[in-house]
Amino acid sequence: MTDWSGYIGLILQGALVTLQLTVMGSALAVVMAFLAGLGRVSRFMAVRALATTYIEFFRGTSIFVQLFWVYFVLPFAGVTLSPLQAGVLALGLNVGAYGAEVVRGAVKAIGREQREACIALNLTRGQAMRHVILPQALPLMLPTFGNNAIELLKGTAVVSLISLTDMTFQAQVVRAQTGNTLIPFAVILVLYFLMALAISHGMRWLERRVTRGLDGVRT
Amino acid sequence: MAAPIIRIDNITKRYGALTVLDGLSMDVLPGEKLALIGPSGSGKTTILRILMTLEAISGGHIEVEGDQLYHMPKDGGLVPADDRHLHRMREKIGMVFQHFNLFPHKCVLDNVTLAPMLTKGVAKAEAQKRAMELLDMVGLADKAKSMPAQLSGGQKQRVAIARALALSPKIMLFDEVTSALDPELVEEVLNVMRKLAAETDMTMLLVTHEMGFAHDFADRILFFDRGRIVEEGKPDEIFRNPKQERTQTFLRKIIAAGHRV
Repeated sequence: MTDWSGYIGLILQGALVTLQLTVMGSALAVVMAFLAGLGRVSRFMAVRALATTYIEFFRGTSIFVQLFWVYFVLPFAGVTLSPLQAGVLALGLNVGAYGAEVVRGAVKAIGREQREACIALNLTRGQAMRHVILPQALPLMLPTFGNNAIELLKGTAVVSLISLTDMTFQAQVVRAQTGNTLIPFAVILVLYFLMALAISHGMRWLERRVTRGLDGVRT
Repeated sequence: MAAPIIRIDNITKRYGALTVLDGLSMDVLPGEKLALIGPSGSGKTTILRILMTLEAISGGHIEVEGDQLYHMPKDGGLVPADDRHLHRMREKIGMVFQHFNLFPHKCVLDNVTLAPMLTKGVAKAEAQKRAMELLDMVGLADKAKSMPAQLSGGQKQRVAIARALALSPKIMLFDEVTSALDPELVEEVLNVMRKLAAETDMTMLLVTHEMGFAHDFADRILFFDRGRIVEEGKPDEIFRNPKQERTQTFLRKIIAAGHRV
């Protein structure tokens, strides 16, 4: 009979790494999403081109390949990252590219009438974006941001390929040591699901907060 | 006679192959109340939008208080205006829109105080004091904390008027401000505008289909058709005794449709 408590502890350590990756990756993704999403609607062509290149590149290539580049190829350019740093960077840049399109779509969805009111009230572009457009666009972004965060959570499993001891990596270790497949994989299945559930609920709470007062405005 | 506050000199406006304004020139005197009437597509709304810098012109010049609106002097000539120049010129002009365009995520009070605080650096307490005076003037002081979604169309439009007034513009543009309202709500907005006309010396340009109101409100009526001024004059001249056949036909149709003149 195997003593499972030690092995479960191992998986929970992995869960902590997965959690870290998800939180830090999401933070980077949000930053990239706003930078590139707003860059896409900039009036400067160079900024638009830069943002578009970033988005198309990271959406158009595989997260595996991106991760390998960040971890194995960047050192040749003199940049050596820890597995965790590499994981956060690859995940954040990848999901940020998807998020950028969400930001752009939501900003575009705030109609011409609001923009014209801002011009008539003599706001600068920056003031209009910050005080009028973004506060209205944010509630539109949140549901898709929630999706992206869950995608990122599930994407963290790929970092086991660069020897980062995340939840999936630890489950494989446990499987190799105990010869039992069902229990470790059942445990991480439940843990992934619970984390995704937590993200869903968190996003719904956030949505309720930012749409407060807007009830009945949006159809 | 005072110098015109607005000089429109031979402007054209084209959208691709479509010419909306074709060599239009007109002057507006300080304090004048001007009503622009005419069939839809005649270019009257486009003029207001051009004056608010929401649409660029394709040719010609506009002067507001002696300064070029779309151009600025440089090296003895005129060059297209930059953002800074446009911001400076926009300080003189305010606009009220057909669909109110209130900020739905801000309460009534914040809608009114936002622009003065951001564009003129007015302190919050002072901006709120002034906003409450304006809301009182439009009869909505009790709605200061309401969200726009909780207001009727007429109330929204009165808030929009207060919001535009908060920047103390010298020129106010009213673009079909009652067209989106239920008929029973039109009068409350018109009353605010009457009050405004009586109590201030603001220059007001009004695009409207309310002929009765245009008649009572305006010092001068401009009748537009196909991007040109077909006829202009005092309200009585235009409405009682129009000279151009095009004006007569338009007014007959409007009266037949049940509008009071």
